[in-house]
Amino acid sequence: MWKWLHPYAKTQKAYQLCNTFMPYFAVITIVCFAVGWVWGLAFAPADYQQKDSYRIIFIHVPSAIMSMGAYSSMAIAAFIAMVWQLRNAELAVIAIAPVGAAVTAIALITGAAWGKPMWGAWWVWDARLTSELILLFLYLGVIALYHSFEDKAAAGKASCILALVGVVNLPIIHFSVEWWNTLHQGATITKFDGSAIHPSMFWPLMINIVAFVGVIGWVTLIRLKNEIIQREKHRPWVRELVSGGKNAV
Amino acid sequence: MKKHDSYWRILSTVYKKDCVLAFRQRSEIINPLLFFLIVITLFPLGIGPEPQLLARMAPGIIWVAALLSTMLGLDKMFREDFNDGSLEQLLLSPFPNTLIVFAKIAAHWTITGLPLIIMAPMFAMLLNLDSTAWNATILTLAIGTPLLSLIGAIGAALTVGLQKGGVLLSLLVLPLYIPVLIFATSAIDTSAMSLDYSGQLAILGAMLAVAIVSAPFAVSSALKVSVS
Amino acid sequence: MQFNSLSEFIAMGGYGFFVWLSYGSCLLILVGIFIASVTSHKSSLKQVEMQIEREQRIKKAKESSV
Repeated sequence: MWKWLHPYAKTQKAYQLCNTFMPYFAVITIVCFAVGWVWGLAFAPADYQQKDSYRIIFIHVPSAIMSMGAYSSMAIAAFIAMVWQLRNAELAVIAIAPVGAAVTAIALITGAAWGKPMWGAWWVWDARLTSELILLFLYLGVIALYHSFEDKAAAGKASCILALVGVVNLPIIHFSVEWWNTLHQGATITKFDGSAIHPSMFWPLMINIVAFVGVIGWVTLIRLKNEIIQREKHRPWVRELVSGGKNAV
Repeated sequence: MKKHDSYWRILSTVYKKDCVLAFRQRSEIINPLLFFLIVITLFPLGIGPEPQLLARMAPGIIWVAALLSTMLGLDKMFREDFNDGSLEQLLLSPFPNTLIVFAKIAAHWTITGLPLIIMAPMFAMLLNLDSTAWNATILTLAIGTPLLSLIGAIGAALTVGLQKGGVLLSLLVLPLYIPVLIFATSAIDTSAMSLDYSGQLAILGAMLAVAIVSAPFAVSSALKVSVS
Repeated sequence: MQFNSLSEFIAMGGYGFFVWLSYGSCLLILVGIFIASVTSHKSSLKQVEMQIEREQRIKKAKESSV
């Protein structure tokens, strides 16, 4: 049943697969960002309470969601790498980590920029902001661990273990921070308190979420290709790729 | 029966070896305690000596100091055995790696965690913590410090092969300590208000149970990566 | 269109600084990581290419010296 999947364990096949997928992700990213940002910034109606400042939602919420999404996909890749010893999955972990960290940083910066006009402070120890910050630390830990090993094969395995430990801890951290927050601070502003979001705001938000999925996929594929080349630079197929057709890149 | 006996023997041998080594060089036990004491002395100097304020901040100060002082010994947990090659021999032995790892973690806790628990009432007193909260301080430390050793061992195992593992180790481990910090300080806070804090203790206990069964596996696979 | 003029669009009802700060930093970070990834990929391909050339040069030098 899974036989069709087996060839992709080879790095060469995986590299080609990256090339096949990349244009789709590129198109999704560019189209969705263009549509989502113009719609969100210019056409979506202003919020009756937060006026125009709420337009930050169109990047804050997608980046926050996808920072978690990128971490879970990294953890899935790490699990696959640990269980089935697939080198490609290991490389994927390394490829996703910096992208996830960048998206988490976006979520934090936009959160701060939204918090200043709404809550009156750049940073509040809100449960979501805090767990987002810890998520950034977890990403940075994976990246730092990978880069401090000389032996990249061991580095990949170590990063996989750390990513898995992190994903087990992430829900615990998230809920403990949420609980801590309600204990210390009372109710904070929840963004859509019960009321369903209006379709005129919902659709640009959805498009932006898709755009973030696209950009994470796109950049991850580029990084994955790079990791494959770095790891396999002595293989004949890489040499052929470089010396043969430069348009294949 | 025989197998069971030998499992018990390897567990106690590794545990005893680590403890004896630590007791021979007393600095390993005393230095974290001194560090803890100094950190606790620094806080009143930094934020002012008002008893009210200190009592309010005491749970946080005690626990942050506990986190930092367990970090001190973490790097050494596997380092010396790794450097002289005995770690590799232990991992190659026919015994389950998780057992050996568990013994080493238990030894680390005995060296760094246990003295903290014994000294805790004194630290609580220094910080003007209400005497009703002493029990909670000791209980949270008793459940929390093994948890710190277990989680920290994962980081120590991942960085043992590296030359400059120290700073990286704190980057890897401290974020994972956050839930322990939150629930432990909140238990002490609650008990200072003479309320029931069994809920927080139960959560800490649950985390400890999960960590005891899962951390040794993570540690032994991390050690295999570092040793190879 | 929610805004009547360009200046109104930029002002964002008084919240311009925060809105543009977040959109700007988002764009900066995404473009930054994209460019960094592309350049590092290109440079590792270049590295392999240089390695091949070096090997060929060594091979040639050996042949001519023999």
